[in-house]
Amino acid sequence: MTTKLFGEPVRRREDARLIAGQGRYLDDLGQHALAAAFVRSPHAHARITGINVDAALEVDGLVAIYTWEDLPPGVAEPLPLLIPHPALTHGRTAYPLARDIVRHVGEPIVMVVAVDRYVAEDVCDLIEVSYEFLKPVVGVEAAVSGAHLVHEDVPDNIGAHLVQEVAAKDGRSAAEAIAAAPHTLSFRLDIERSACMPLEGKGVYARWDADDQSLRVYSSTQTSTSVRMALAAKLGIPLPKVEVIAPDVGGGFGVKIVHPWPEEVLVPWAARLLNRELKWTEDRREHFISSAHERAQVQHVKVGFDDEGRVLGLSVEILHDHGAYTPYGIIVPIITSTQLLGPYKIGAYRVEFSSVYTNTVQVTPYRGAGRPQGVFCMERTMDKIAAFLGKDRTDVRAANFIQPDEFPYDQGMIFQDGRPLIYDSGDYPESLRKLKELIGWDEFPALQEVARAEGRRIGIGIGCYVEGTGVGPYEGGHVQITSDGRVHVSTGLTSQGQGHETVFAQIAATELGVPIERVSVVTGDTRRFGYAVGTFASRAAVMSGNAIALACRKVREKALRVAADALEADPRDLEITDGMVHVVGSPSAAIPLATVAVLSNPLRYAFDEEAKRATQFAGSADMNRPPVAEGEEPGLEGKDYYSPIRSTFASGMHAAIVETDPDTAEIRILRYAVVHDCGKMINPMLVEGQIHGGVAQGVGGALYEKMAYDDHGQLLNASFMDFLMPYATEIPRIETDHLETPSPLNPLGIKGAGEAGVIPVASVIAGAIENAEGFPIDRMPISPSELHELRVRPA
Amino acid sequence: MHDITLVVNGVPREVRVPARRLLSDCLRHDLGLTGTHVGCEHGVCGACTVLLDGEPIRSCLTFAVTVSGREITTVEGLGADGPSPVQRAFAECHGLQCGFCTPGFLCTTTAFLRDNPAPTDEEVLEGISGNLCRCTGYQNIIKSVHRAAELLAEESS
Ligand code: FES
Ligand code: FES
Repeated sequence: MTTKLFGEPVRRREDARLIAGQGRYLDDLGQHALAAAFVRSPHAHARITGINVDAALEVDGLVAIYTWEDLPPGVAEPLPLLIPHPALTHGRTAYPLARDIVRHVGEPIVMVVAVDRYVAEDVCDLIEVSYEFLKPVVGVEAAVSGAHLVHEDVPDNIGAHLVQEVAAKDGRSAAEAIAAAPHTLSFRLDIERSACMPLEGKGVYARWDADDQSLRVYSSTQTSTSVRMALAAKLGIPLPKVEVIAPDVGGGFGVKIVHPWPEEVLVPWAARLLNRELKWTEDRREHFISSAHERAQVQHVKVGFDDEGRVLGLSVEILHDHGAYTPYGIIVPIITSTQLLGPYKIGAYRVEFSSVYTNTVQVTPYRGAGRPQGVFCMERTMDKIAAFLGKDRTDVRAANFIQPDEFPYDQGMIFQDGRPLIYDSGDYPESLRKLKELIGWDEFPALQEVARAEGRRIGIGIGCYVEGTGVGPYEGGHVQITSDGRVHVSTGLTSQGQGHETVFAQIAATELGVPIERVSVVTGDTRRFGYAVGTFASRAAVMSGNAIALACRKVREKALRVAADALEADPRDLEITDGMVHVVGSPSAAIPLATVAVLSNPLRYAFDEEAKRATQFAGSADMNRPPVAEGEEPGLEGKDYYSPIRSTFASGMHAAIVETDPDTAEIRILRYAVVHDCGKMINPMLVEGQIHGGVAQGVGGALYEKMAYDDHGQLLNASFMDFLMPYATEIPRIETDHLETPSPLNPLGIKGAGEAGVIPVASVIAGAIENAEGFPIDRMPISPSELHELRVRPA
Repeated sequence: MHDITLVVNGVPREVRVPARRLLSDCLRHDLGLTGTHVGCEHGVCGACTVLLDGEPIRSCLTFAVTVSGREITTVEGLGADGPSPVQRAFAECHGLQCGFCTPGFLCTTTAFLRDNPAPTDEEVLEGISGNLCRCTGYQNIIKSVHRAAELLAEESS
């Protein structure tokens, strides 16, 4: 087996257990645990006037009922505001169980613990909560009118207000540049709510060990290390006595990075209090009404440009709906504001957003995290400029591209990581060339003519994006080679289906020169690695991948040192192949890594044959040196961290051909093409998989998915029957091509790939429908009936 | 409470359940066969699909008591010695990411290819159109189904 595995389409190592039904997802654990269920608010905005549990107390199998009043200090406090920002002047978070006021349908009010979930839900049904109704606030425009307030002490419902402005090279402001431009346009765009919707919801399972006074928590989370810190703090347990493990996780897409969820605090708290194992598994309705959504924005755009379509000034005002609470700060609108710029250098830019409260489920990142909205804005702008000037849409984009020799390119703004928005590398003209070729851009007008003659409407659209990936602050990797020659790799961040066990093993096998079969990888288990940030922002491969590579390099260096002693060779003459350390060009002078591991740990006690070699009377030691030399550690292991100076910027371009039915207004995607550049690919098969999945979510967002809230704040489509997630029949075949522009920022030259697929889809589809229909498409998603309305609307 | 016998993956299993116990819960929590997953509990996602006398059904829409005495195949029972051709094809073609929907797709595909061993693209699409996957975008699942058909054909020749 070759050991150069970086870059190969290696098959996934997680699959053997997952195809056999041997995965271990949250609800597969704790088969004998008690079950928790919650009474949740049926109202969007109300004051709780009473909670009557009398009837519920009769139920056989009931263990406990808790309301906010039962919670001790710490647990009773509002959940943390995870990412504070100076512009978030009115950040608010929820109590784990509602105290006095509920602010969205689905907010938890009472926790019930019972022998199983069926009984727990019976109990919930018998608990009567009485309410005094308050006026619900739904929709950003109603919110900023300030007629009614979500939080009494937040005027006009505005949680945050932020302006960022980058002047043109000649010092002109965006307003001045637009005023002086030969041409100007202004318009409004609307983007609906959608949500991550992993097939597995959230869940928490806690075990308190009273003898050991320690807590073990399993959570379907994207950040076990941070859940651990939060729990230790909230429950007042010393950190070393708390462990948190993310088991197999059935998809995340952002929603599981938020933490601690109310249930993530309450379940461990009650497990300790009751000294019983306790589990809560979210059901689908709960996921719809009490997790998180994203996307919803209203954008007002003004742009000034020249005859070539070059943007001279751009001004965007965004109303961002963040729902009832802001646990994740204003990351989403910050990303929209900054990543809106895409692959373009534009003259002057001003972006202003208000992030506002509504009586709806809170908004936190969903794959793409604000970028789909930003890209929708910029790409619709490019299309409108092209339409105005009668130019080809790709020419207008090309006229605005940052050129390959202009990197690093400073956009002059502050990115979501608090660091400058400086693109590290890319080749946008080449991406465009490849995309045009892949989709047949130049041949399309002829096709369209033929179709038109047959009475068919087809259209083509394009969308470009740049994605800041691999955001800091850091991740770490630990690598240990044991005396059986096995390589144990761990990193703190978590996995939700990306294939980390495979790609990190590829990196370790390549760096160490060992067969991949001997490498095992553990993620998201604080017993193995305690310091981590989490999996989000397309950062896992970049951050942990590089940290693991660096840790492997340390281990390799040590292995060569120890082996050099044993082989009486110079470490510089050694290499590792197939798990054997040998002198270059002389395979007979070799020693297995297993033996090196033994020798690296001077022993007093032999536990097996191999270990005898390292014991004190084995006669191999140099009597003039201490057994463990100064600056050394026993064992063949190493740990290292990767902490980037700033994010690395991946990019891509998509194009689609759609057909709209002249009678029914049904919208079909005939072709979908993707050109993608995420730097060096660790495993191209997995990168493709990420793109496919992202595009499918994008198609959902472009054509089908929206959270339908009525004026009372009731979510009308809180089930898979009514929230239309695409099946296989809705997703086109995706044609892909790649570019590999390495990142200069990290040792492996990689960039993130997880979110990319979803980012430009809505803008691409809007552009294609517009091209088929001949009128502007300014809101997403668009359904056949909405398209029909646009057709019959008076011009 | 009702005493029922389910023949699961060829083994008769006796279990005592209340009438309202869902088959999905019974398999997962009474019999410990957690390979069958629950993604919606309202019959839309197909993650809970198992084979009842060989035919795919939603175990979340089925009360365990109603299938007493019947043969049930779950993902754990698809392979005799090691993974079945359908299971191998999904691994080979990267037909899964988080793996949560996978048991449902595997059961569905197993029954589908038994009835239609050489399906067209259209037929494959139709065959899996009752199962949701949020991760893969389906392209590699479609590829997996075709590949499974090949492997099954090789095996039977
Ligand atoms: S869980 Fe049965 S169809 Fe979704
Ligand atoms: S692989 Fe995650 S839902 Fe299908």
